[in-house]
Parts: sequence; C-alpha cells; structure tokens
Amino acid sequence: MAFNYAEYIRPGKLPHIWCPGCAHGTVMKSIIRAIDRVGLEKDRTVIVSGIGCASRMPGYVDFNTLHTTHGRSLPFSTGVKLADPGLNVIAVAGDGDALAIGGNHFIHTCRRNIDITLIVFNNNIYGMTGGQFSPTTPHGKLASTTPYGNPDYAFDVVELAMGAGASYVSRSTAYHAIPLERQIADGINHKGFSVIDALCTCPTTYGRRNKLGSAVDMIGWFKDNTVGIKAAGKLPPEKVEGKILTGVFRKEEKPEYCDEYAKIIEKTGGRS
Amino acid sequence: MSGKDVFYQGNEACAEGALYAGCRFFAGYPITPSTEVAEFLARRLPTVGGAFIQMEDEIAAMAAIIGASLVGKKSLTSTSGPGFSLKMENLGFACLTEVPCVIVNVMRGGPSTGLPTGPSQSDVMQARWGTHGDHPAIALAPDSVQEIFTETVRAFNISERLRTPVILLTDEIIGHMRERITIPPEGELEIWERPRPTVPPDQYKPYDISEGIIPPMADFGSGYRYHVTGLNHDETGFPTNNPSLVQPEEERLMAKVTENLDLIQKYEYFEKPKARIGIVSFGSSARSSRAAIRMAEEEGIKVDFLRLITLWPFPTDAAVQMADKVDMIIVPEMNLGQMIEEVQRSIAGKAETVGVNRVDGDPITPTQILDRIREVA
Ligand SMILES: Cc1ncc(C[n+]2csc(CCOP(=O)(O)OP(=O)(O)O)c2C)c(N)n1
Ligand code: SF4
Repeated sequence: MAFNYAEYIRPGKLPHIWCPGCAHGTVMKSIIRAIDRVGLEKDRTVIVSGIGCASRMPGYVDFNTLHTTHGRSLPFSTGVKLADPGLNVIAVAGDGDALAIGGNHFIHTCRRNIDITLIVFNNNIYGMTGGQFSPTTPHGKLASTTPYGNPDYAFDVVELAMGAGASYVSRSTAYHAIPLERQIADGINHKGFSVIDALCTCPTTYGRRNKLGSAVDMIGWFKDNTVGIKAAGKLPPEKVEGKILTGVFRKEEKPEYCDEYAKIIEKTGGRS
Repeated sequence: MSGKDVFYQGNEACAEGALYAGCRFFAGYPITPSTEVAEFLARRLPTVGGAFIQMEDEIAAMAAIIGASLVGKKSLTSTSGPGFSLKMENLGFACLTEVPCVIVNVMRGGPSTGLPTGPSQSDVMQARWGTHGDHPAIALAPDSVQEIFTETVRAFNISERLRTPVILLTDEIIGHMRERITIPPEGELEIWERPRPTVPPDQYKPYDISEGIIPPMADFGSGYRYHVTGLNHDETGFPTNNPSLVQPEEERLMAKVTENLDLIQKYEYFEKPKARIGIVSFGSSARSSRAAIRMAEEEGIKVDFLRLITLWPFPTDAAVQMADKVDMIIVPEMNLGQMIEEVQRSIAGKAETVGVNRVDGDPITPTQILDRIREVA
C-alpha cells in the first residue's frame, strides 16, 4: 500500500516555502517515514527547530511543533524533554543553525546524552539569508560572503558529534533517502542523543554560485561521491579517497540524561 | 496553621518562593550574585519531582525554560547583568509566543562584566526594552527578603494568568542579605495557573481570543497538537504577515498588561501631612530612602514616600498623585538616572525632579539622600 503522507502533513499547509529542487523536502519525507516506521504517537511527539529554510519543516507536519530562535532548537528541545521525558523529541536544524550560532548547544547536547534526535539538514550554506558561507561550506567554495573563495575550513558533523560524545552518529544524503529514513528511525529508537547528518542541497544559492549544475545533478553528485563505511573497509584506498563516508558511525549504549535525573529524583525521595 | 520561620538570604527566599508558587523546572547558568538561586533549586527541585538543569549558557537556559513551560511546567531562570543580556532574544520569543516564565535578575554593576560583586539597579530600562521589538514588560522589584519570597510567588501568578514572561529585579544587596522570614503555610497565598483549553483538541486554536484577550494554553503532549513560532502568527499559531492580523496581535500583547494594571501594579505610598518633597524609590535604595525620611523628619522636614514594587508597567497614577502634592521629587537609584526619566514622563512637569545616583559599587546611603533632602528643602 502506498505510504499515506496525508496522515502526517497538516491540511492546508502545502505548498511549502522551499525552492523547486531544494532537497529539504526529501529530508522531511524521510523524517515522516521514519516516524511512521517507529510508530511514534503524534500527540506525544514534539518537533523543534531553529530558524532557516530547514527550520520551516515543523510547520508542515502534524505534531506538537516548535519553531524557535536561530540556533536554539537543542536547548528548547532539552527543556521540553527534561520537563516530560515521556515525550519523543526530534530537533531539526540547518547546518548554520546547528553548528554556527547553535554550535555550543550542539556539543553540549552531545555531551549530555539526552534522548533527542537531531537531524542536520546539511546543505553547506545559509539558504534562507541568500547564500552566505556556513560552518560546513568547504574550503575554497564560493558564497555571497566569500566572493573570492572560502578561507575557512569546514566542520565534519560526524567527527564533531563523536568528539563531543553523542551516542548515536550517522550520515546519509538526500539521494540515499531510504538509508536516511532507516538511520532516522534508528536514531529515534536509540536511547540517548542521536545526530543524523543529512547531506542535502541548496541549488538556488550554493549550487548556482558554485556552478554545480541542476538540482538533479547536485543530488546525483551524492551517488558518485559517497561510500558507505562498511563498503569502504573492503575497497582499495583509491576508491575511497576523496569520498564522503556514510552510514552509522557510532551506536553506543550509555546512560541517558533524563534516566540519570530520574535516579536523582528517586534518591532524594522526590515525587512528581 | 502558622508559617515556618527561617533565616534566609534573598536569593534563597526567591528559590523558596518559586517552589511555593509551583515552579517545577529551573534552567540556569552560574553568575554572581544570583548563583544561590540555582544552587538552592539544584538541591530542592528533585525532592519535589521537579527538574534542575545547568545549561551551557544563559541563552540555552532561557530556551530550556520556555520549552519546559510549553510542556506545562512552571519554569524559572535566574541570572545577573551579562546573563540577562544573553537572555534577551529568547525573552522576546516568550513574549510573542505567550509562554509563561519567570526571569530573576539579581542586578550587579555594568555595563559589561562591570562590578560582579557590587550592587546596582542599572537594568531598569533593560527590563523594559531589552529585547528587540515592541513587547509587553512586567518587572517586580522587592525590597526585603520576605518580599522577595512573596513577589516571586506573585511573579509566577501574573506570568501564568497573563501568559507572559515576568522579570523579578532584585539586586546584590537584598539578594545576599539575610533576614528572618516566614514561609506561609500551603494555601495561604493564592496560586494561579495559566488558562487551559476547555474545548476538545480538534476545536483548539492556540491564539483564539474569542473568550478574552488571554488565549487558553494547552500543554505540549496533552493531545492538543499545535504550532508555536516566533514569527508573527494568526489565531491558529501559523505564521502570517497579513497587516490586518499583525497589528492587532502586537496591540493585544500590550493590552494584556495595560488592561490588567490592578493585577500587576503594586506600590506603597506613605504620606506626610503638608509634605512639599517626595521620594520615589525601589529595591535596596528604598531601604535607604526610608531611613533618610526618618532622619529628615527628626530635622522637621516632611517627605512623602512612594515605594514602587512594580516597576513595569510603571505606576504612573501613583507618581502623578505625588506630583500633584509636592514641589520636588527625589529619585534615589543605583544607576545614572533611569527610573527618574519614567517619573518625569509620568508627571509631565507637575513637579521638579532630582536624582540621587550611585554606580561605584557601594549602596546609596541614607545620609546621601538626606543631604539631597536638605538641599531642596
Ligand atoms: C540571531 C539571528 N541571527 C541571524 C539570523 C538570520 N538568519 C536566518 S536563517 C540564517 C541561516 C540559515 O542557514 P541554515 O541554518 O544553514 O539553514 P538553511 O536556510 O540553509 O536551511 C540566518 C543567518 C537570525 N534569524 N537570527
Ligand atoms: S534557498 Fe536553498 S535551502 Fe532555502 S529553500 Fe531555496 S534551495 Fe532550499
């Protein structure tokens, strides 16, 4: 049977604001399907975002949704989750939102290991404000504020999340929508902070300025330039070099923040 | 039943008052001279099944309390100058989305790192206008440890009933001062809750004002799925830039305060027959003012006293009442002249005004105020 998106999309809220060819919609689709796969109860699920094109996503979906301030989806999520640990909390953010203005929150949420699933809509640019470079814009690339090429170096979301202590870390792309869906479901099921680096595209600003071809070309690029970490181990080095690794990089059982806090409540004889 | 007497510091009284009001969530970041509020609640909140969290900064702390409040928990954060500045953007978010929460600012000297351990009252205008855009503001300024307790309770009550953030402005002196206070027995002080929806979820509109200008607020997770955004929004909670909806929305946010002045405004007016001089003050400067007024009386100079407990919305009528009677109003405040401007605006030239101002990290002394009284007498 065909997937029933209508069950999750708020009536009357489409069309969305995203440009034709923007991959944010694909990531949204993977999130919806992942939620369905896990079977989350709509009433008990909260989706939180910051500000940016990606952060408009919660407005379209039929859950408890919270569109906050730029970079702050994680601390808002933390308040929601700790106040009612029974809620399923999913945070969505652009790469600028998650890693520049929200970078401090990102590493500390990883460290805290609170049971929230973060999906980074990583399109290597600030889309909403018209294409300024972000913390994931590769060195040398063009953006409206790096007209001579980006002198900065990019963050690797996966390495950053692992270094900061996230207990579930994965990466997929808008081309690999099904693995992406699987990872998001896996992240939701994982007890602890999960980071899913969802590589996607902004054809309107980043693509156009860097002459990356059509929206379809940009998505196709992921097919040719990524390699799964499992496969990578078996391939000769020259086939892996220069490729972006995808897959699940870490899945570790470790005490979760709200569980630890519940123990404190119990120890002090507290009752709600 | 009588209450429980304790010997508390102002910051502890604030934390205790929060618990009394039903606060069950605190998020903060350490900063002198407010840290004891956090430390007290780190100990006490789990014992009542609440939650305490130290966040990575004040921006995060402000965000977390808004998130927790959306789930239905009464929430508090406490801070001082630099941290208060960091909270501003999310404070505006709470104003526009109408999420109740209480922010304590134990004022210290500024700007910047300023005088971390020195008292100050220099965030009066920041409490009013600190976040960008037009927005409602409520700020309460107690002047004793007991009053910190009761005003914290009132801060929660007002915030819940009006669905808007409330700021409690204390200062280093009363925050750290110890006094004997009575914690009233449960039930003695009224506790208010936010309005919650009575309609079934499918009929719920989060900003529906058909029953009054304060829309009922559903807890996230309770079956009422809705959208919250810091963009201007319509009654359904979704973004709009329709001018005919945005203007009334912004005006309504202000009206929640201006139409509830009797609920919010609190002050004390001590009148002396035939006084020609008045003092308007608040917080720890009000304590010095009271002493100065006694000293002046011994010298035969009568001084009226208006002690403001609510700073915002400013009790204009009380200031006018004073200006209609006296020729000169003295405004002692530990800043370089903030509240005095509001007094001047309110009284529109009906009396002269003069400040007593101090920002060197020492309190305004009664003698300093007495000197000013003598000068103008
Ligand atoms: C405090 C603050 N600073 C700046 C902005 C302006 N701003 C809005 S969205 C955005 C960047 C969005 O980029 P990203 O997070 O990568 O998401 P995208 O739009 O690419 O999906 C910026 C800088 C803002 N809204 N708030
Ligand atoms: S500007 Fe870029 S990120 Fe934003 S909607 Fe358009 S394509 Fe997507």
